Amino acid sequence: MSVDMNTAPTMPSGERARVSLAQRLSGLGGNARQYGIFAALVMIILLFQVLTDGKLLLSNNVAALFQQNAYVMILAIGMVMVIVAGHIDLSVGSVVAFVGGVVALSIRDFDVPWVAAIVIGLAVGALVGAWQGFWVAYVGIPAFIVTLAGMLIFRGLTLVLVGETIAGLPSQYIRIAKGSLPNVLGFVNNADVVTLVIGTAAFAALAFTQIRARRSLRKHNLHMEAFGLFLTKLVLAAIGIGAVTIILSLSAGGTPIVLVIVGVLVVAYSFLMGRTVFGRHIYAIGGNRPAAALSGVNTKRVDFWIFVNIGVLAAVAGVVQTARSGAAIASAGQNYELDAIAACFIGGAAVTGGIGRISGAIVGALIMGVLNMGLSIMAVDPAWQQAIKGLVLLLAVAFDLVNKRRAGTR
Amino acid sequence: MDNDDILQMRGITKRFPGVIALQDVNLSVRRGEIHAICGENGAGKSTLMKVLSGVYPHGTYEGDIVLDGGPVEFRGIRDSEAQGVVIIHQELALSPYLSIAENIFLGNEQRSGRGVIDWNLTNSRAADLLGQVGLAERPDTKVIDIGVGKQQLVEIAKALSKEVKLLILDEPTAALNDEDSAHLLGLIRGLRDRGITSIIISHKLNEIESIADRTTIIRDGRTIETLDMRGEEPVSEERIIRGMVGRPLDHRFPEHTPSIGEEVLRVEDWTVHHPIDQSRTVVAGASISVRRGEIVGLAGLMGAGRTELAMSIFGRSYGSKISGRVYKDGKQVQLNTVDQAIRHGIAYATEDRKHYGLNLIDTIQHNISASALGKLARRGVVDRRQEGTVAEKYRKDLNIKAPTVQSLVGKLSGGNQQKVVLAKWIYADPDVLILDEPTRGIDVGAKYEIYTIINQLAEQGKGVIVISSELPELLGVCDRIYALSQGRVTGEVTKAEATQERLMQYMTMEKDGSAR
Repeated sequence: MSVDMNTAPTMPSGERARVSLAQRLSGLGGNARQYGIFAALVMIILLFQVLTDGKLLLSNNVAALFQQNAYVMILAIGMVMVIVAGHIDLSVGSVVAFVGGVVALSIRDFDVPWVAAIVIGLAVGALVGAWQGFWVAYVGIPAFIVTLAGMLIFRGLTLVLVGETIAGLPSQYIRIAKGSLPNVLGFVNNADVVTLVIGTAAFAALAFTQIRARRSLRKHNLHMEAFGLFLTKLVLAAIGIGAVTIILSLSAGGTPIVLVIVGVLVVAYSFLMGRTVFGRHIYAIGGNRPAAALSGVNTKRVDFWIFVNIGVLAAVAGVVQTARSGAAIASAGQNYELDAIAACFIGGAAVTGGIGRISGAIVGALIMGVLNMGLSIMAVDPAWQQAIKGLVLLLAVAFDLVNKRRAGTR
Repeated sequence: MDNDDILQMRGITKRFPGVIALQDVNLSVRRGEIHAICGENGAGKSTLMKVLSGVYPHGTYEGDIVLDGGPVEFRGIRDSEAQGVVIIHQELALSPYLSIAENIFLGNEQRSGRGVIDWNLTNSRAADLLGQVGLAERPDTKVIDIGVGKQQLVEIAKALSKEVKLLILDEPTAALNDEDSAHLLGLIRGLRDRGITSIIISHKLNEIESIADRTTIIRDGRTIETLDMRGEEPVSEERIIRGMVGRPLDHRFPEHTPSIGEEVLRVEDWTVHHPIDQSRTVVAGASISVRRGEIVGLAGLMGAGRTELAMSIFGRSYGSKISGRVYKDGKQVQLNTVDQAIRHGIAYATEDRKHYGLNLIDTIQHNISASALGKLARRGVVDRRQEGTVAEKYRKDLNIKAPTVQSLVGKLSGGNQQKVVLAKWIYADPDVLILDEPTRGIDVGAKYEIYTIINQLAEQGKGVIVISSELPELLGVCDRIYALSQGRVTGEVTKAEATQERLMQYMTMEKDGSAR
């Protein structure tokens, strides 16, 4: 018998019109969820814009929003990778304080130039990550335990190292967190030209890569999203980037330096997660660890490097946060791990691993940041702010679950 | 209504977003019979049983259910159980670290009052139930310590404890060896004699032929026919298959003319111990070989060590204290990691695709590229365009039924999932492919397609090793078959010499050489 045994007709190639709407929507998969997060962020911004009588989006407030929340975004990048791989890291808050202590101590007591001190700090972060990665990957102790221990260990070491505070850091160092890019191109109608150039370049780069990717998909006759959707996304991106650019260009300093740091990290890590073998292996491990191992993925090595990576990112956050405080403080970074974890889950990461995106985690961090800022402008009691943030986390994940259930797995 | 019917399901329609899973399905089951339900994967059998047992509560489907002469509207599984309808799912729902007795009375604890469990009553009642199902284990044994076959019996004991009138078994023997299957089927017959009606869903047609009184066939969410298995004319397997696929199935196995070349893989004196209990030998001094273009079968009962042999060769992914030699193309090689095994051109497609084969929450494309991502990457960066092209090619070549390669693998049927597993390993382009139960749990039509793929692989000059619990499958597909028993290779037969009886003889051979 030579005929095949199909009972259902196969999809002829190129005949996309026959794909039903439901199938197309389900084909969007995680994407639909991502759009939901963006929509939620926009809604929360609009809500607080109204509630604060327009104060939320004042230029200096937006600049401060990025400066205040840079640490969450940096940590969330590392955390989402850890969570996608099916682990957790509870130690990042302590590592932030520890690295801050090392950097400040190097500068004050050993007269290390501040740039070299930062390099030392990052190296210490990598070592801390390697230490925890070793226990998780090669000894097989659950990350929850290893990093819970790490949380205590590095907090303790910070207290030993720092005492209470190490102040008197050089002003160039402090600029990292508080400063902005120098205004070398002057102003147009009060707007900082450097910021406008960066914003325009960012959108141009985004549009260019998107259009090129789409053209390539078409050339290879592969599945792509509808043109209308594609165009809508580009227009919305243009509006979003445009708005942030203009608002920031009118702020006191222009583009905050930390925003550049975060931007570079987001682009680099989105590429790492989406396009590289290493990123793919992280998703494969989180989705089904034994299957990944049986496909030839060296799961231990991947686990190890994920923790080294978050160690380094925690160190970056430590550098930024120490600069922001102007001093290393023994109690710095408390609850940072929880902020980062919350950002990841609000941003759509799955508790069971395998699902999560850098962009989602960043948006999650921004939602938390906007909540913080909005509530602060409204002078809501910090105690209530915490309770409200907790509620938002719970509702975001609940919403996600209910959505999934409605999508219906048979 | 026929008074003899214990159950009537009338005009059942069940919709999911975008799909109609069941359309106007009718099913009537007579009191005290064993009623089989047959159909290809995705035909709607399990959905129908979930409607019946209240997993899908009343109101989420259309149509009526009449049980024992009265209409019923189950809101959940507790409702249906209260009326004596008990379902035993394909994936067993036992808690591994609890004892047999605790599992039997889970949710139905034997109390001495005020929420305090009466352990003596629990254990003595459990012992009684275990006696009824013929399971010789102590009630306080943990479920994780007994095999799948015995776990299935625990499920039945649990059903009996609920005063079951109508027992639904979804693929009860899928994971069982022949011996355990036979025992289970005997037990179901015994229950019939005690007046318990059973509905049994099975892919194993020979089983249905021997046990069912009547058989209802479902295809594409509709009832096709109900066959009387005990009528004047015996109903043949071919007859059932015709109903399931909608046309006669002339050949269950595609034609295959072997063209056999040089030896590609030889394993000598291979010994493997249990990963935890290192004193237990799982594979003992096994030697096998496969040549290019050859399809070699590994036959054996459950626990014979077939999967363990394969997995331990595949980069030591199973076992401890492994010894022996592996020769690839005549040269001795070390395969200490899965990565090394893949680089030496060896692939292993698992028997348990959901747990060990696929990332169900990821796309077809990403699953296909998973084991050969290096081929698609330059300096660690994946060329997604090329990846998409490759995935698309395999979707067409292997006829994977999905709207696009971006579809999630978890949403595919078993047969299509299996094709994704095969695509993954075919793309890795190995010289030797070990396929562990490649057609487990997939329907007849898809099986034929899988066999065709296996033949094509052999024709391309690859060596293929097929592990299967279904002897007709091995006889139909393989050029040569090794039989394993208790970790040892007990026989080797060519296609021409092989019969089921002969293989079974080798497969049951005890250590001292005599048949069991």
